[in-house]
This record gives sequence, C-alpha cells and structure tokens, in this order.
Amino acid sequence: MKKTGSQILLECLQQEGVDTVFGYPGGTVINIYHDIADYPIHHILTRHEQAAVHAADGYARTTGKVGVAIATSGPGATNTVTGIATAYMDSVPMVIITGQVPTPLIGNDAFQEVDIIGITRSITKHNYLVQDIKDLSRIVKQAFYIARTGRPGPVLIDLPKDIQVASAKFEYPEKVELRGYKPTYSGNARQMEKAARMILASRKPVLYVGGGATGADASEDLLAFAEMTQAPVTTTLMGMASFPQRHPQALGMLGMHGTYYANMAVTNSDLLIAVGARFDDRVTGKIASFAPHAKIIHIDIDPTSIKKNVRVDLPIVGDLKDVLNKLGVALGERPEELAAMVDGSAAWRTEIDDWKSSHPMGYQASDSIIKPQYVIEQLRELTADDAIITTEVGQHQMWTAQFFSFSQPRTFLTSGGLGTMGYGLPAAVGAQAAFPERQVIDISGDGSFQMNSQELATLVQYKLPVKIAILNNNYLGMVRQWQEMFFDRRYSETTMELPIDFVKLAEAYGATGLRATRPEEVGEVIRKALATPGPVLMEFKVDREENVMPMVPAGAAINEMVLAS
Amino acid sequence: MKHTISVLVENEFGVLTRVAGLFSGRGFNIESLSVAPTLDPSVSRMTIVTRGDDRILEQINKQLNKLIDTIKVTDFTGQDYVEREMALVKVAAEEETRAEVLRIVDIFRAKVVDVTPRSYTLEVTGVPTKLDAVIDLLKPMGIKELVRSGPIVIGRGQ
Repeated sequence: MKKTGSQILLECLQQEGVDTVFGYPGGTVINIYHDIADYPIHHILTRHEQAAVHAADGYARTTGKVGVAIATSGPGATNTVTGIATAYMDSVPMVIITGQVPTPLIGNDAFQEVDIIGITRSITKHNYLVQDIKDLSRIVKQAFYIARTGRPGPVLIDLPKDIQVASAKFEYPEKVELRGYKPTYSGNARQMEKAARMILASRKPVLYVGGGATGADASEDLLAFAEMTQAPVTTTLMGMASFPQRHPQALGMLGMHGTYYANMAVTNSDLLIAVGARFDDRVTGKIASFAPHAKIIHIDIDPTSIKKNVRVDLPIVGDLKDVLNKLGVALGERPEELAAMVDGSAAWRTEIDDWKSSHPMGYQASDSIIKPQYVIEQLRELTADDAIITTEVGQHQMWTAQFFSFSQPRTFLTSGGLGTMGYGLPAAVGAQAAFPERQVIDISGDGSFQMNSQELATLVQYKLPVKIAILNNNYLGMVRQWQEMFFDRRYSETTMELPIDFVKLAEAYGATGLRATRPEEVGEVIRKALATPGPVLMEFKVDREENVMPMVPAGAAINEMVLAS
Repeated sequence: MKHTISVLVENEFGVLTRVAGLFSGRGFNIESLSVAPTLDPSVSRMTIVTRGDDRILEQINKQLNKLIDTIKVTDFTGQDYVEREMALVKVAAEEETRAEVLRIVDIFRAKVVDVTPRSYTLEVTGVPTKLDAVIDLLKPMGIKELVRSGPIVIGRGQ
C-alpha cells in the first residue's frame, strides 16, 4: 500500500522506536502534523523552535536515545540553529526534521524559504535535503544511524512540502550502507599494549575524563579501571556525572574554574590518560604549560579530537567501554607490576591529599545573606540521588559543577561546548518528558532564565513537574565577575536594572512561585517546592557580587589560579 | 609544505560545499581544487592542493575522513605519482611575435586551439612548473587571458 511522504516519515520514526518528539508546527510541516495524530508518538509543543531542539537534546542526554525535533521552514528552521550547535558541540545524538518549501520553489526566495542545509552544514554531523520520495526511508534510517553511532551528533533532514504530499510504497531498509562511514570501535591491540606499559611505568598518573564517557555509557568501566590503578580522576564539565564525585579518587573539575587539587595534579602528573575528552581551551589554559611533565595517552572515538590541541604520546581510537575493559584485562594479567605501580604511586596520592586539605573547595558562609553555593549544597542535600539537574550558562552553572557532587551518569545536563544560555529550562522539559517520575531541576541564573522563560507554558500545559531554582543576583554574573577582575569594575551592561518578579511570572503561567531572601528560608523553600505537585519556580535572592573561585585567568597556566580571598 | 590530496567522495548533492566549507571553516588553505566523476558515476574524485605543517595536514586528513560522504583520502606527498595540469592561454600574437609564440608552442609541445588575426589560444599540459615556465615566456608577448585547471594526480604502477 502506498503512503504519503509525511506518513512514511512517521512510519520511520516508529521503526526507530521514537516515542516522544518535540516541535512546533508551520506551513511546510502541516502535513506531518496532520498525520502525527494517527501514530503512537507523543508530541510536545514547545513555545519556540530553539526550545524544541534543546528539549530533544535533554531527552537524548538523559536516555541515551536519539532525540527528535520538528520545525517548519524559514524562521522555524533558523530558530533551531542554536539548539543544533549546542548538541553538536556536546556530541548529543539527535535528528532534526525541518520542513522546506516545495522542490520547484527551492532557490526562488519563496515565502519562508531558507537554505537550512547550507546554514547547518558546519553544526551537524551530517544533513540531508530529500529530493525524491524514494530516498526518504533510506535517509531517515541513515540519519538515525549516523546520529547515534561513532561520536554521536545531530543530523538534520530537510523535507520539502511536495515530498510530504507525494506517495510511494513504504519499505524500511534493514541495513544501512554507508561506504564512507565506519567508526572504529575496537582499540588497536598494539597501542593498548603500549598504553598498559606506560601506565605500569607511571608513578603520578591522572585520569582526565570528558563527556565521551557518558556518550559511551562507560561509567562502570571507568570506575573499575580507576579503582584498579588507584589513579586520581578529574572530570571536565561534560564528564562530571560519569564518575561519582564523592569517591575518594575524585578530584572534581579541572581547568578555568577547576579545583586547586585537580589543576595541581594535572600540572605535576607524569602520565595523563585522557578518556573521551578533547582538551578544550577552558580545560588546558595556556597549552605550553599544560601537563608539562606528563606523557599523554588519549583515548577517543573521534580521531579528529586527537592531536588537535595538544601533543599526544599515545593515541587510541576506539569505544571507551572496549578500550577501558581491554586495558583493564591487560593490567590484570600483570598483577605484580600493577601492585608495584599502585604501591609506587602512594607518595603521589599523599601529595594530592595534601593539596586537597590545604586548598579544599569552599566558600565564605553567611547567616545574613544567601550564598549561591549554599543553595546548590542544599539542593544536593534535599534531592534524590538520581535527580536530573539541568543548568543554563554562567556562574550558577560553575557553582553547580563545583558543589553538586554528582553521583550518577546522565544526571547533569549542561551546555559545555557552546555555552548556551537558555538551554536548561527546555532541556528539563525533555528530561522530564523522558522520566516523568524522577526529580528534574533546572538550576538557573536570572539572566539565562529570561532567554527561554516562555517554556514555563510547556511545563504547565504538559504537567511536567520540573523545579526551577533561579539564583537571582540581578547581574549577568559571570561577565560581571570578569569586569570586576579584569576590567576595572566597569559593570558595562551587566546589571539587570529591571527587577523581575519571578514569583509572579511563574504564577502568570499557572505554575507555583516561591521566594527565599534569607539563608534560613532556603531549605524550607526547596522542601516545599519538592513537595508541591507540578512545576515550581524558586527564586533565591543571592549575594550579588559573589565570584566563582578558583579562577584561571584567560591565557594563564592552570596552576596559576586566582584563589578565593 | 605543499601537499596534493586525492579525495574520493560520494557524488552527492552538496558534497563540494562540504569539503570547501570544511577547509574555510577550520582555516585550512586550498591552493587548487578540481572535481569530476570517476569511472563509477556514483563516486567523484577531488584533487586538492593545500599547504600546512604536519599537524595541520594530519587534521586535514582526519577531518576529510570524518565527512560522511568521504570514501577515501590519499595524500600523495612522498609517494610516486604522475601529476598533470592544463592551461588555456590566450596570448597576443602581433606580426612580430607570431613566430615566437609558435616556437614556444613547439618547444613545450603545446597546441594552438584557436587563432585570430591578433591572438593565439594555446593548450598547454604538464606538471605545474612546466606551465609556470610557459606562462613566464609568454608574458612579454601579452597574455590576454589565462585559465588553469589545477593539478590532477594518479599513483604510478599498479
């Protein structure tokens, strides 16, 4: 039996096991929206296409499945761009479907036409313009395959309206044939043998773990490997939740706002094992002074990440699960050498413990004003271990990374690579849609929150009980901090002069609004929010000029931190 | 250092912009680029001449391989290969220079492909340095227009 293009698309989504999609209708996707009601696919209408993409991203980051977003042509498509770039930078598997004007009109500057394939070429893993209905099911199959395999990433399908209307026989291809795309999963045996020897020879090893550990679902393998070698583990912002932060070997985050002991450990190490991390400039600081005494082993699924920013002594391309397991086996076969290595690095562990006790993470507590870090600590105390935390971008994001102590993978959703303000609330929509029973909390700042605050409507409409914690300092706090430290305290355009009544804003959408202005109210407000059904916005009036510390100034070496006064 | 890279790609919509966009987006340099389908019409071959140190070339190679449409990347640098480029040169040929132009054509085994009372159009084929030499010799005569194809390469032997 023949089906229309829009039906074929929906059949394909079903074949891929898609149960939830996020989107926004419009002229060139109206056929898809007409047909979607006939399929067991839950559609969530966000209030902006950017939010639809972030929601699909949040869904993908929490579940590990491919997130799906739909938008119309022209402005609908351009609104997806920030969401797609966010997902691309953080390697999130997604398929974005955009409507396009009918094929005969392409290139004619038609109403709501934009060359979204051209626009998204550099921010997608791959993209497709469907030119013939006969190609549609093959393209959808390939798009999902490309999105979730290798180094995951977003794939965009641009689907002209006339192809949605045309009809063809539906057959879902069983296999994907892409002669130019064959990710390497299995680590090279000779390289791994060399790595094992380097590890056994080291006395000051450090594991440096990035978002790839989450992407590969390698948390357990990582923990086993770390415990076997007794090497301390520092994580990037993207890797935070892949290693339990209360584990004795955990050093917390490294880099610009990393812990003193993580940055000191990297700087003094003799072997740095990079696991699914890409040596971002926010991690390395001044490259020439990064891990100057260390040999570097770099394990990554994406060959382009290796030797892009730093010299690497031993590259291993492969799936982290596979590589960590095989390395573990190789080390396990040499119990005496391994014991010698673990014993031999006892002095190193003592050195790190000394750094930990001389410069612990902390802040100046107060009983008269709410410290933002205190709010994060209280949230950690009062929420479940498997609570999913999303953030926006700025000071609150760094404080969350520093003070939340994540313990389970896929519980920390944050825009690491692109640094997208306005990510957290729509990402929370996606996370809560994926896990209706779990606690989902968006930790936000007053600046970031206003970039996608319209999504309060989505929460209320779909009864998504997301809790929002706004750390309100009436500043664009991170930029203000830079202005304070490096620009003579000239707070140019970073003061949010108009004080927003966030409680009333929540109420205007039909959500609950709560406010804390004094430290003793913080715990009470959080408890009340968690006990209240439906979405709740908590506003915390925090110390306005609190800074994120430690801080490595831009261009400095990571051991040249400015510490809290 | 100069590198000549041969890239086999799917003969798909937009593949040229993917490759060109990769070079411009990452700040790699393209000196020349030529593209045409191979014996298998579903596959095109691009020959790209680029410059960079070892680190940059390693990234170019990896980034090209990362494109879904890329089937194979070969850097011919250091390998045994045959390289050819073609130039079409419209050169002024006044009474006093016509004979000299034809002598140059003869020496370099070029061809005259179009003649007018005041110009010759020449077809010259060879390695890029040969083309440079011909062009240098023709310059005093007055080159009206010059079109170069960019080099193409093929490995020697089987």
